[in-house]
Amino acid sequence: MSESTTIVRRRRFVGAFGSVPRALRAGRGLLLPLALLVLWRLLSGEIVPAHLLPSPGAVLEELVELARRGELLGHLGASAGRVALGFALGVLAATLLGALAGASRLARELLDPTVQALKAVPSLAWVPLFILWFGIFETSKVLLIAVGVFFPVYLNLMTGILSVDRKLVEVGRINRLSRLAIIRRILVPATLPSYLVGLRAGLALGWMFVIAAELMGASEGLGFLMVDGQMTGRPAIIIGALVLFAVAGKLSDALLERLSRRLLRWQDSFGAAEAGHA
Amino acid sequence: MLELAAIAKQFDDRAGVSHRALDGVSLSVGEHEIVALVGTSGCGKSTLLRIVAGLEAPSRGRVTIRGRPVTGPSPEVGMVFQEPRLMPWLSVRENVRLALLDLPRDEQERRIDAVLAQVGLSRFADALPRQLSGGMAQRAAIARALVRRPSVLLLDEPFSALDSFTRMKLQDHLLDLWAGARFTLIFVTHDVEEAVILADRVVVMRHPGRVQRELPVALPRPRRRSGAEVQALKEEIVRELDLT
Repeated sequence: MSESTTIVRRRRFVGAFGSVPRALRAGRGLLLPLALLVLWRLLSGEIVPAHLLPSPGAVLEELVELARRGELLGHLGASAGRVALGFALGVLAATLLGALAGASRLARELLDPTVQALKAVPSLAWVPLFILWFGIFETSKVLLIAVGVFFPVYLNLMTGILSVDRKLVEVGRINRLSRLAIIRRILVPATLPSYLVGLRAGLALGWMFVIAAELMGASEGLGFLMVDGQMTGRPAIIIGALVLFAVAGKLSDALLERLSRRLLRWQDSFGAAEAGHA
Repeated sequence: MLELAAIAKQFDDRAGVSHRALDGVSLSVGEHEIVALVGTSGCGKSTLLRIVAGLEAPSRGRVTIRGRPVTGPSPEVGMVFQEPRLMPWLSVRENVRLALLDLPRDEQERRIDAVLAQVGLSRFADALPRQLSGGMAQRAAIARALVRRPSVLLLDEPFSALDSFTRMKLQDHLLDLWAGARFTLIFVTHDVEEAVILADRVVVMRHPGRVQRELPVALPRPRRRSGAEVQALKEEIVRELDLT
């Protein structure tokens, strides 16, 4: 059995292209933002007037001032809370309907054309109706975010289920697994990669829609901060809120990415091999 | 011990056209016998195997094992497919466990350990499928099919995706397992030499789904691949295949 002693080391082979110390790798992602920061500093006040593009220092000052007054966390928390709630609702609905449409042909034929048609409605077009139905307060905002989150999660889950390898399901059949056991032990893990992609796309849309929701009227949140900055002629606030959005979106996505990597360690893909060395 | 009585199978394709995959195949397989099914592609060999496994129902005819009709998958019958079909997210151990879910946990562990030792994968019990070579993955699949101690083992071109060296080793290994556990073995192959080296009887099938001829292989084991009798039988089977 000499063959059995040669376990295949595909991971090492692929990983050899990117075996750089961890700290350096993490640093690479910061290079571009730093360069932009330098460019920003050079442009501001020199080529572009400061009332249009305040300097990084001015933005930082504004943010520090907000933090000192205790408002910054409130705004961040309000936006993050809306995204979290809307994301949870959207994911819940998309998971139920996506699983149904993926697992049952009848459900798919009944459901999917309608969902696809609704998907074609630009999500912002729901705004007037939601305001009419649910008022201008939290409910309509959270629901708008949920709508944005729903579609990518639904679509990825359904197509994920439909593309599960029939041959693996047959292994379940030949071993007399119950329908439930086939779902739990074969369909769910096989669908997971696609579902996680859907979650990440959904979360990104959630952050996109929270702005839309807050621009349509809010008394706190990052979107409100931007409107406030615009109304009161303080560009540093607008840019500060932009930066905060970027940071919050990136951090929440990093959490999901981490989760994906952990759950999908078994995957034999180029990306997984590289991640194994990160 | 295994009786196929006038098995016929028809498929309707998407256009609603009926295709005949099997047209009255009768075959009687003895206790501990090794039967090879050979034939051109599309002659219904795999369909026949899938019917014996209980994965598909015949349109007509019936399959019995020790007198009991086959109505669906059963622990009596193990099956290995052309691809290993391991769940990529489960270790070798957990893949084998899929065949044992209705048994108590300690019984599962005992049987998994024993079968992995038999196929020489004890050291790789916790490896994921992507870490295995093709031959090792197929041995894990054989372990999963054998762990239930079936009285019939079905193999559908199990070694066709492997290099010839690994294939020969696995053929010998399969014979060792068979000599140890004495199950009845039916396998589909495109490799005439594989059929002659392994089988007690080679069944040549022809399109559309009929038995063309049965050739007994009355050679003592182990058989030498380069032996004159083996070569002669190979030539006879190839001639038979040319007629189909």
